[in-house]
Amino acid sequence: MPHAASGEQHPRVLMSAADISRALTRIGFQILERNKGGKDIVLMGIPRRGVPLARRLASQIAQVEGDIPVGSLDPTMYRDDLRLRPARPLEQTSVPADGIDDRVVVLVDDVLFSGRTVRAALTALDDLGRPRGVQLAVLVDRGHRELPIRPDYVGKNVPTSRDESVQVQLCETDGVDQVVLAREEP
Amino acid sequence: MQHLLSAVDLTAPEAITLLDTAEEMARLTDRAIKKLPTLRGRTVVNLFFEDSTRTRTSFELAAKRLSADVINFSAKGSSLSKGESLKDTALTLEAMGADAIVVRHSASGAAHRLAHAGWVSARVVNAGDGTHEHPTQALLDAFTMRRHLGELAGRRVVIVGDVLHSRVARSNVHLLDLLGAEVTLVGPPTLMPVGVECWPCRVSYEVDAELPKADAVTMLRVQAERMRASYFPSTREYARRYGLDAHRLGLLPEHAIVLHPGPMNRGMEITAEVADSDRAVIVEQVGNGVLVRMAVLYLLLGGTGATGDQR
Repeated sequence: MPHAASGEQHPRVLMSAADISRALTRIGFQILERNKGGKDIVLMGIPRRGVPLARRLASQIAQVEGDIPVGSLDPTMYRDDLRLRPARPLEQTSVPADGIDDRVVVLVDDVLFSGRTVRAALTALDDLGRPRGVQLAVLVDRGHRELPIRPDYVGKNVPTSRDESVQVQLCETDGVDQVVLAREEP
Repeated sequence: MQHLLSAVDLTAPEAITLLDTAEEMARLTDRAIKKLPTLRGRTVVNLFFEDSTRTRTSFELAAKRLSADVINFSAKGSSLSKGESLKDTALTLEAMGADAIVVRHSASGAAHRLAHAGWVSARVVNAGDGTHEHPTQALLDAFTMRRHLGELAGRRVVIVGDVLHSRVARSNVHLLDLLGAEVTLVGPPTLMPVGVECWPCRVSYEVDAELPKADAVTMLRVQAERMRASYFPSTREYARRYGLDAHRLGLLPEHAIVLHPGPMNRGMEITAEVADSDRAVIVEQVGNGVLVRMAVLYLLLGGTGATGDQR
């Protein structure tokens, strides 16, 4: 990370393409290790960038253990802060054909911040079925939790201040793989 | 989007957002638990000065699927039948804390008046005002066509029948034009509104000439209750010249679909045989109506109470 040394300078690259790739490889193995294999695992990406991350994790795991189902879960309709912002368009929710009952659902998101998105996702899961367990994988944990939620798998822990923003950019959505720390625009 | 009063007010991105949101609503409700918590604690009032089963039930179901509380005011059996004015009714609803008012009224422009007269702070959805507009019907028609035909740009839609009394036709023409479709209105000259030449569509008087190139055909209901004069000699003549029967169904291309906003006059604008054929998507339209109205209520009520718009 050549740019990271510049300290307070913004925007700052926190993770390069290679860092992201290594982090996902490690998380893939950790998921398999913790669950003693890939059986019964369902990856659910949280839009938007959690979805490509979940797909990458799935292909990562497929190289070791074979295919596992991947879906997406848009928790927008379950958020507690809907009234604080303008109505937002919905992203896609798709549940794998075999459902999530008695499976271990691994929620995948790009950045873990307040934890409110994950809370909404947990509520949304209630309406989709009853998984045997739910785990959480995030590429970046930037702290400032407002709810008692913790990730099971973390790509990188980044201490941040509240006026900074962590932007995960992925080839699928942004044309480039990197994680950037920027000052929040006023 | 503050209110949904007419299809004319919509921009293309707004219309696309509404249709895409309805598509997501389909996925969210296609499962065992159909209810979503999104509008919990919000109150939606169905204010119907005119009779309606399907539209009112559809809005009611849409609001309930989103966990909103629903109150139905209909003309029969309420103060509305005692001659209360729109204004006094509006002030009553405002005092009760309505967050959204879905209004149907026999006077064109009633929804606009309700939204802009300063009587209520609620979001207003036009569920049909006189012979003016019925935007959610147009949205559900476009949604249904899009599901069968894909993107509507360049598609040909033929709307047949009583255009003069139809708020559905006006909303449909504007919305379909916005989405890039080519619309042709067909009907007897007596049932074409004044000024139709300024609408963004073609007008024709020959059904048989238009059907072979249509991707979708919408049959309008002959609105006998609004007719105070005779616009055509007899029911049989209307049915023969403009009704959709098996022969005319055969003129349509293989992929073309048949729509009807309901309620149908079987034997008048559409024969029972066509209405029950697999080309007719009329029952599907009803189901799609709930999805589209969920999308409308979500986009109007799901965000801030302020005038902020969608991103």
